[in-house]
Amino acid sequence: MLSRTADNLFWMARYLERAECTARLLTMGQRMAVLPGSAYRDEWRSVLRVTGCEGFLQHEGPVTEADVVGILLLDPENPASIQSCLVRARANGRSVRTKLTQEMWEALNESWRHFEGCAVADALRELPVHLDWVKTRASVFRGTMETGMMRHAGHDFARIGGALERAQMTLRLLDVKYYVLLPETDVVGGGRDHYQWTSVLHALSGIRAYHHVYGGVHTPAQIVDFLMVNRTFPRSVAFCVDQMRTHLVRLAKEHGTRSACNETADELFALLKAGRNGVFIERGLHESVQHCLLLTNRLANEIADSYHF
Amino acid sequence: MSFFEMHDSEGGIRACYAEVKRWIDETGTAGLHRRLEEAEAIFRRIGITFAVYGEGGDPERLIPFDLLPRIFSRLEWQRLDQGIRQRAQALNAFLYDVYHRGEILRAGLIPQDLVYQNEAFRPEMIGFDPPGRVYSHIVGIDIVRTGPDTFEVLEDNCRTPSGVSYMLENREIMTRMFPELFHRGRVVPVDNYPAQLLRTLKEVAPPACTGDPVVVLLTPGSLNSAYYEHSFLADLMGIELVEPVDLFVEDGRVWKKTTAGPKVVDVIYRRIDDDYLDPLAFRPDSLLGVPGLFHAYRSGGVTLCSAPGAGIADDKAIYVYVPEMIRFYLGEEPILANIPTWQCGTKEGLAYVLEHLSELVAKEVHGSGGYGMLIGPKSTKAQIAAYADRIRANPSGFIAQPTLDLSTVPTLGATDVVQRHADFRPYCLVGKRMRLVPGGLTRVALTEGSLVVNSSQGGGVKDTWVLRD
Repeated sequence: MLSRTADNLFWMARYLERAECTARLLTMGQRMAVLPGSAYRDEWRSVLRVTGCEGFLQHEGPVTEADVVGILLLDPENPASIQSCLVRARANGRSVRTKLTQEMWEALNESWRHFEGCAVADALRELPVHLDWVKTRASVFRGTMETGMMRHAGHDFARIGGALERAQMTLRLLDVKYYVLLPETDVVGGGRDHYQWTSVLHALSGIRAYHHVYGGVHTPAQIVDFLMVNRTFPRSVAFCVDQMRTHLVRLAKEHGTRSACNETADELFALLKAGRNGVFIERGLHESVQHCLLLTNRLANEIADSYHF
Repeated sequence: MSFFEMHDSEGGIRACYAEVKRWIDETGTAGLHRRLEEAEAIFRRIGITFAVYGEGGDPERLIPFDLLPRIFSRLEWQRLDQGIRQRAQALNAFLYDVYHRGEILRAGLIPQDLVYQNEAFRPEMIGFDPPGRVYSHIVGIDIVRTGPDTFEVLEDNCRTPSGVSYMLENREIMTRMFPELFHRGRVVPVDNYPAQLLRTLKEVAPPACTGDPVVVLLTPGSLNSAYYEHSFLADLMGIELVEPVDLFVEDGRVWKKTTAGPKVVDVIYRRIDDDYLDPLAFRPDSLLGVPGLFHAYRSGGVTLCSAPGAGIADDKAIYVYVPEMIRFYLGEEPILANIPTWQCGTKEGLAYVLEHLSELVAKEVHGSGGYGMLIGPKSTKAQIAAYADRIRANPSGFIAQPTLDLSTVPTLGATDVVQRHADFRPYCLVGKRMRLVPGGLTRVALTEGSLVVNSSQGGGVKDTWVLRD
């Protein structure tokens, strides 16, 4: 397979996943912002901070929902905005048209112009509808890939791209929580903190799944456990790492050689396995999350190196 | 009165059209229109589109498709087949000659300046022997019919003729929708074209190639108007569709960058113009292209199909001399005639053309796609005067031909079967041997009386049948 093809498929899936993840991030921001006292905590700023988009702010002072929607949903100049992600996913797909099925192409092709020329005020008015639409488009695309795409290396690259992006976004969501974390003295698991933790679960569509695993009790340790090391929840970091490992092993077999990326994936796997039962919180959630993010970034670079992107 | 290909001179139905005529009558035009909608839905879903340069609007426009096939009898095809092969052979012989000793120029049959001063002539190719001495591996010859027995060549395409995907897709749609028409097996199939093309490309592997040649199709990218055709052909041949960035040159060979490291490439079917192939050899300002590609080609590390410089053979100014080429190189009389052509570059030609412009079709020597031409009888006095000024400003840039009485073919009109003018482009493959799939692309002018069949100017396409008997 041409390296460019692998590269395009990897990024096509990544951008589409990123669009969905950013939609989920905005959902979470909305939930947190309606909690009492949110104005003092500047929670929208933390949303910008975890996506690395604080630089797009045009003014000083507290960040508003309108700022964030402008930057993360609509701004065509911001490479991380949902609009940009949809355009880029389509551009990547178009240059490897022959490697996509007709249905996959249609799923990409129908999305990319949705937010063109949309005003911030209009987007704000129906924000949940827009965000749901983004999630639906990503689901349709993944569905067409699941049921129609040949299981050759191209499928592996697309799957790895999607899983990598999803793992990173779950990590970033946890980091938002870090930035707005209450002082250490606050009673953990109660009051505002409780709502913040559960809004992370809501954003990842994991609240019910969580209840099935842990019953009705919300403790930060268990939520972190669920989102990082649980191997059955599809948006957990461990699940995504499992998926990447599987596809990386397939690629290694196909190319007849293991490479650095396989080792890094194994390292991530071991790290998460050792992180059960609140270990990450003990060590400091922010530091643990940052470490995982670092490893996933390294993994992405190694994949590009190993397969000559 | 134009020759209508469905009728004989007494107005009866010609034998080769008998069965289709029966089918048309049985189905009725309303029925045909219903089926046409189905066909168009299929085309749109597959995504067969043809972008048109410089027109704005929808770049992924659907080319109109006409349901009624254009039919050649076995005898008609036999003659076409011989004429097309003859021409393709002579054109390649001419290319070899002008990049070597130039015998035909020394013999005074073609003016030297016309070749050596021509923009399409590539001095870099002088003295080089391409594998099999083939320069143009796919020769597309545009043919018009003016009577029951007269086929004439409108122009040659020796670089990278496009449109063959329509030949294949049109037949595919017709067999899928009207299997009953093909049941008796009288229509000769064309679907082996991709296999034949691949065989042809493999036959011209470079000296450095060991083992089964690796062939790739080089496209400028997904924004090119013929990108659909590029991906379609690559798919059907099972070869990689590459862009210039996917290739590099090292140790005199061309490599494609794959996930498993560099893999060698032997033959490149390129759908990129000469100018953009290699910035080191041709246009240095080109961002496209593979640096060093031309050197690898000249030193036998890779084969480019078609060869750089093949365009000199399909230049409109050279066209006039193709019958001479056939006599000179093959010692035969041309089976397919040329259309009488006046070259404005000559004194007599210019005088004649300026005087008779209102009866002639005038074209730019380097134009293509039906752009920048003047159809005298259909133009206003002002248009003719303006065009005459353009010719006077640069006489050698223009040629003129009589307005041809093109034949018409049955075409589905709003309420009835109507007659529309058509031309024909077969694709002759040249490798170690010559191959010609019995068929080609029929383009049809969809407006009544119109002579312009280019898809960029509102022309359509239809399936072309060659009957077994």
